[in-house]
Amino acid sequence: MTEPKGRGAAWTEERGTSHEGPPPPAARPARRRLKAARRREESRVPDFEFTSYYGRPVIKEPAWGVPDVPGYLFLGGLAGASSVLAAGAEMSGYGELARVAKVGALGAISLSAVALVHDLGRPERFANMLRVFKPSSPMSVGSWLLTAYGPLAGAAAVSDMTGILPAAGALATAGAGLLGPGVATYTAALLCDTAVPGWHEGHREMPYLFAGSASCAAAGLGLLTVSPAAAGPARTLATVGAPAELVAKRLLLRRLGEIAEPYETGRPGRLLRAAELLTVGGLAGAVLGRRNRAVSALAGASLLAASALTRFGVFEAGLVTARDPKYTIVPQRRRLDRRGMN
Amino acid sequence: MSEPGHSGAAFARGPADADGGLDPAARAGYADHPPRMGFFTDTSVCIGCKACEVACKEWNAVPEDGIELTGMSYDNTVGLGASTWRHVAFIEQPVTAVADATEGVRWLMASDVCKHCTESGCLDVCPTGALFRTEFGTVVVQDDVCNGCGYCVGACPFGVIARREEDGQAHKCTLCYDRLGAGMEPACAKACPTESIQFGPLDELRERAALRVADLRAAGQDQARLYLDDPDDGIGGGGAFFLLLDEPEVYGLPPDPVVTTRDLPSIWKHVGLAAAGLVATGIALGFGRRK
Repeated sequence: MTEPKGRGAAWTEERGTSHEGPPPPAARPARRRLKAARRREESRVPDFEFTSYYGRPVIKEPAWGVPDVPGYLFLGGLAGASSVLAAGAEMSGYGELARVAKVGALGAISLSAVALVHDLGRPERFANMLRVFKPSSPMSVGSWLLTAYGPLAGAAAVSDMTGILPAAGALATAGAGLLGPGVATYTAALLCDTAVPGWHEGHREMPYLFAGSASCAAAGLGLLTVSPAAAGPARTLATVGAPAELVAKRLLLRRLGEIAEPYETGRPGRLLRAAELLTVGGLAGAVLGRRNRAVSALAGASLLAASALTRFGVFEAGLVTARDPKYTIVPQRRRLDRRGMN
Repeated sequence: MSEPGHSGAAFARGPADADGGLDPAARAGYADHPPRMGFFTDTSVCIGCKACEVACKEWNAVPEDGIELTGMSYDNTVGLGASTWRHVAFIEQPVTAVADATEGVRWLMASDVCKHCTESGCLDVCPTGALFRTEFGTVVVQDDVCNGCGYCVGACPFGVIARREEDGQAHKCTLCYDRLGAGMEPACAKACPTESIQFGPLDELRERAALRVADLRAAGQDQARLYLDDPDDGIGGGGAFFLLLDEPEVYGLPPDPVVTTRDLPSIWKHVGLAAAGLVATGIALGFGRRK
């Protein structure tokens, strides 16, 4: 009876410690090691041999395009948090800032809608999003959110700019301010409710990361366009949003453990490192440059750029974890081994 | 949902079928429905003829999606996709030398297909209702509804469903919904010359599979195991399940798939808390004093 190589043999064979039988042909399913990306983590994440089908991915890479979808994540966050800022600024008497935030929200949400429709395989069927309402589909929830939020953001901006129907404008501002946080954060559910390991496993932290990043974007737009003296609430928003984002990102990476690798290496790693520097710099500039128009504006631009880079980084890091089978197989195999099955 | 088939929520557990698993058709709103139908793919008798791939393409008019040599094995189809609804995997394994063994290699061949999950991620996340549950408990895309949003593609834990470049829409195995409606078996099962692909009521298939795996193990195939036959697994069991002769990942299958929507309550909870935090921040900003 021919004894197929059991897992024990296969697992150790690559290390050359107990090689028996004929040498493996070149074209056999890949056996590779998931290595700890960061040297300081090597003690925490031991090497793990695993098997795949010729190195092919197990899951499909999401069909979502770059820059459409990460751009949408950024713009939706900018819009949603800008509506929050607009409502807060209006209430506390910062009219100029409120106006900028309302116009920014309208512009961002309009652009984001274009990006969303453009990313559809059948753009002419975008209205099919409203055939059903499904809480099990974050995209369905998001479509309905946008349908309610978009007109409110539009009415708030138009009323402010033209002075028409101020009472309705105030109501729309409040309504957009209430729905904006949903628009800014549901996109975390959109990413995390997938089989993509680098997104799904971070679902407890991603919404806070996105809320913080959106706050930075809205604060950044305010600081960039309004004089420091008139941008008080934007500065406050930055001092809340930036630390929230930085802390959430740390927690996210800790949660992801070994599948955090793409968040810290390669192109997404570079994007996220740049984002972090710009966030810290932007926060410092916003606080320290409160009497200097140029410093304040630069800080605003930094925060805006940081938010965009964060979304692109998170999006692309997730794609890497979809492309390489190790991120799918190794955590599942560990889970099985812990349960003592197979 | 008023019409059957569109209820997506995997986390809202509903009526159970005879062996304790969920009855997806009943959960989707079919009051009276035929037994749940499925595939049992017994890879131990697969000879790698690819008749299933061809029959599927022919019957379903699935377009050609690349005629190229991969150079990696006899598998030039590579994987399931928008225009590949059956895929035969080929694995050449070096075998440990045992005195009376014939030298060298054992062949594993396996015909992969959509699992028609009891808790189906693609169906759960579809925002248009294009993906729906049929009365047979299977999962099917409606071509005239899908707007190509691509959400299902990333939600499938097996990498089954994909978007086709030519029409921008998502496609996958329908378990030959049209043939089932006419009382016929799916084209792949019909064409399979070794009965590696078996079609029938899922509970009967599960019984048959349990006997088969016991026979194989008794005959010394101690690596033989069933995959996705268990209603308590991470997808509530597959409507299509498999007998494998090695670990799932050897065949390109995830070893312990869990449908993403099982975590939806947690996902929405954290989104809600984050959004509430933003609302609170806005209100706090509103009560700040203009200096």
